[in-house]
Amino acid sequence: MAGTEKVGSVTVVGGGVAGIQAALDLADSGYFVYLIERSGAIGGAMAQLDKTFPTNDCAM
Amino acid sequence: MTLCEVTDVTGTEGNFTVKIKEHPRYVDVDKCIACGICAEKCPKKVEDEYNAGTAKRKAIYVKYAQAVPLKYQIDPEHCIRLNKPGKCGFCEKFCPSGAINFDDKEKLHTINVGSIILAPGFDCFDPKEAGIWGYGRYPNVITSMQLERYLSASGPTEGHLVRPSDGKPVRKMAFLQCVGSRDQNRCSNEYCSSVCCMYAIKEAVIAKDHVDGLDATIFFMDMRTFGKDFERYYENAKTRHGIRFVRCRVHGVEPHGSDGDLRLHYINEEGRQIEEYYDLVVLSVGLETPQQVKELAAKIGIQLTPHNFAATSAFSPVLTSRPGIFTCGAFAGPKDIPQSVMEGSAAAAGVADLLAPARYSLTQEKSFPPERDVSGQEPRIGVFVCHCGSNIAGVVDVEAVADYAASLPGVVHVERNLFTCSQDTQDLMKKRIEEQGLNRIVVAACTPRTHEPLFRETIKAAGLNEYLLEMANLRNHDSWVHSNDPTKATEKAKDLVRMAVAKVALQSPLKAESVGIVPVALVVGGGIAGMESALSLADQGFEVHLIEKRKYLGGNARHLNHTWTYEDIPRYLDGLVKKVTENPLIHLYLESEVIDAKGFVGNFVTTIQQGGKKKEIKHGIGIIATGGKGYRPEGEYGYGEYEEVFTAIEFDAVKKAGDFRVKRGRTFVFIQCVGSRQEDRLYCSRVCCTHSVQAAIELKKEDPSRSVYILYRDMRTYGQREALFKEARMLGVIFINYELHGRPKVKKAKQGLTVEVWDHVLHRPLIINTDVLVLATAIEPNPVSKELAKLYKVPVDSDGFFQEAHAKLRPVDFSVDGLYMAGLAHYPKPVEEAIAQAKAAAARAASILSRKEIPLEATKAQVVLEKCDGCGLCIDVCPYQAITLLEGVDDQGHPWKRVEINKAQCKGCGLCQGTCPKDGVYVAGFSSQQLRAQIEAALAV
Repeated sequence: MAGTEKVGSVTVVGGGVAGIQAALDLADSGYFVYLIERSGAIGGAMAQLDKTFPTNDCAM
Repeated sequence: MTLCEVTDVTGTEGNFTVKIKEHPRYVDVDKCIACGICAEKCPKKVEDEYNAGTAKRKAIYVKYAQAVPLKYQIDPEHCIRLNKPGKCGFCEKFCPSGAINFDDKEKLHTINVGSIILAPGFDCFDPKEAGIWGYGRYPNVITSMQLERYLSASGPTEGHLVRPSDGKPVRKMAFLQCVGSRDQNRCSNEYCSSVCCMYAIKEAVIAKDHVDGLDATIFFMDMRTFGKDFERYYENAKTRHGIRFVRCRVHGVEPHGSDGDLRLHYINEEGRQIEEYYDLVVLSVGLETPQQVKELAAKIGIQLTPHNFAATSAFSPVLTSRPGIFTCGAFAGPKDIPQSVMEGSAAAAGVADLLAPARYSLTQEKSFPPERDVSGQEPRIGVFVCHCGSNIAGVVDVEAVADYAASLPGVVHVERNLFTCSQDTQDLMKKRIEEQGLNRIVVAACTPRTHEPLFRETIKAAGLNEYLLEMANLRNHDSWVHSNDPTKATEKAKDLVRMAVAKVALQSPLKAESVGIVPVALVVGGGIAGMESALSLADQGFEVHLIEKRKYLGGNARHLNHTWTYEDIPRYLDGLVKKVTENPLIHLYLESEVIDAKGFVGNFVTTIQQGGKKKEIKHGIGIIATGGKGYRPEGEYGYGEYEEVFTAIEFDAVKKAGDFRVKRGRTFVFIQCVGSRQEDRLYCSRVCCTHSVQAAIELKKEDPSRSVYILYRDMRTYGQREALFKEARMLGVIFINYELHGRPKVKKAKQGLTVEVWDHVLHRPLIINTDVLVLATAIEPNPVSKELAKLYKVPVDSDGFFQEAHAKLRPVDFSVDGLYMAGLAHYPKPVEEAIAQAKAAAARAASILSRKEIPLEATKAQVVLEKCDGCGLCIDVCPYQAITLLEGVDDQGHPWKRVEINKAQCKGCGLCQGTCPKDGVYVAGFSSQQLRAQIEAALAV
């Protein structure tokens, strides 16, 4: 990568399950992550669900 | 960073500048203790978005009880004080920690990053504007998200299913599918939202669970239960839960009388006009990209599909049109949770491939306070009793349990919490441990499987050894299973707490060991999934061994022509094979098989056989991508008997070769679900509907005068593939529905074949004379999966596919640490999803390989040196081969024998402890004294 220094951090836009998973995997692999969430708390739509299919596990 | 939105992105791959606007919270997060007094005092009630408008919240609020961060925020649109300075201000007056700050201002941040992942999610379609089925006018017409809240213990009715209009219990409810999906008349969303069929079934099942004798009907066009274990769930909903499924478009919902009842009319499959009456009508609303996301995409140059989802190539399913910017979740097309989680990991892999040279350049290690020495101290036990909303407290008298806990020996502190897992309770727990000098903790809540790591970390952060914790499972073991007997459930809760206290009192601090990691990967299977995993790991700088059974790479993709978006598979495949073969970090073994495997995460040893030669490979992680195979429908529909009958793959091949049967063919019939969705293979093969539709489109485009029929059970062109289904209909492809009990009948005719099927529109059998019959056959797991499963001690499900560690949250992990799966070996899936899963597996694997060592659990077998006499009984019972026998001679010349435990292989199952006749071995944290104390406590009433 001659001449172009790469930055070891990442912005993840959106704190739902997909964003959280991406952020966790990156943090676990040695990258600094900025997780940006529009609302006051992360969790996204999954936090609104009561149970999840097909196992009927609690979404929380 | 909450309350933040991205306003601009400049720069290029590897080095972006991101501008972020942070909206004021008006609450100082460092001071807020989430006590809730502010919200109690706030006089302004507004509609609660979290509860989808089914309940009210205050103008100062927290999104939900388990919110992270658990900090209040003021809604500036509704706050009286912010709109009329000098008025109200109750929250500020009553806040005990002085956290309210009405002068908070918007902040702008600029951050420098190497890459960006867009996971902005979706909005539920709002049926109000289109006025669909009286939504917004009739109070008992609600959306599926609203129903989700009504069913939830933390929802407006604490899980009681009542009608919004009058609070009357619901006896009869209807779900109307495809609201805001597959619909161009009432909205412009012509795609399928992919998740609504399954969530409607789930909501119906849960609702029936809440209300005895509830009558639930789902009105649908096609049931699209195409995911893993979904078909079985659908089948159970029909047969076991008695949910009624009606295939039709309801054409009217009207109020019936003045008390809130609703009248539905529709035409049933027999062509009869039907009228029915319901208490509640649920609109299964689809998913769509939020307006502000479309604006952001336009601003930063991210191309969208015609359906407003991020445009991606099937071959780079998580990369947007702008290099260095990735995407995952519903923004990359409507999808369910496992697929979103998978893509989250895949996007992480995309970023990691790109930024590997900068790994660890900007991170810091997490630090914990030094551990407090509790040896020799009398137990000072703290018990935290969780309400779990109403999950526990709705059945168990938690106050009585807490009072009882306070009377137990050694207990010095007891506290009840609404949600013990919430962030504020973690802070509280830490505070109590310090204040009260607690040295043992019991959390009486839910299952340690999901929550023990959280509480361990909390007590560790308070300076206690993380193993000085015991959980009593008042939810799964008690309130859930004894919900009909609260008195006995409360007694049982006391028993469980008493047992936990007795056990934890004898617990001593444990020290976790760690093992080094061999930074090498092994990938089994050289199809698309295996190659993509291998390449991603190699791009991240790891050495990879890739094992393929056949002479060549490519697997099943060798038979495919193009993706659903018409991208050329052979060309992509050639490129991929070239990259894999030329990559210096990938060691390729063709015509090779795995014959033995041992070891554990970080240190596996796999023996492969190539030709007559054996080779041992040491590796830190393994990815199993052994693929699947096409079902051969011998004897079905004349397959193997008549030359006009092909499987879909065979049809593609003969068509490509210019076979005259296809070239001159005038009539073509496709039969769907051959071998799928039936008793012996109760799953949907996911790709066949799309494939047949594409083949039909091609046939029609080549010659519009041809007749093409697709005989189907449910058309499952999920997501944006729905556009293909529509195109096929526009081109004149004829779709005829059949049921499992009325399969088409195939006979030889003078010329070609006849296919007989019941026509639901004409209500009589239809006989089609056809030149070609294509059978859309099932995808089966590769038989080698079962053998590998035995070697690596990983599970396969009842269909023979590999079983993931968690259906929702760990869709690529095996339950064995350090092993991952990808591609058809997990479940039938199209190329783009196999690639996403392969990259996800690589990301998960990299999170292990990029570390130097991994900590092990401390709950492992320990040998008591003075008691073990080396009889070796434990060696035979250990299922993990973790025990070896040592022999020697001591200083005085006496021979000795004893066993030794390999801590990395030991899983702490305790079989050795149960077998040992001399108390010579025990599992740390589960000593015989502890178990005895627990049993005695259980019996001591």
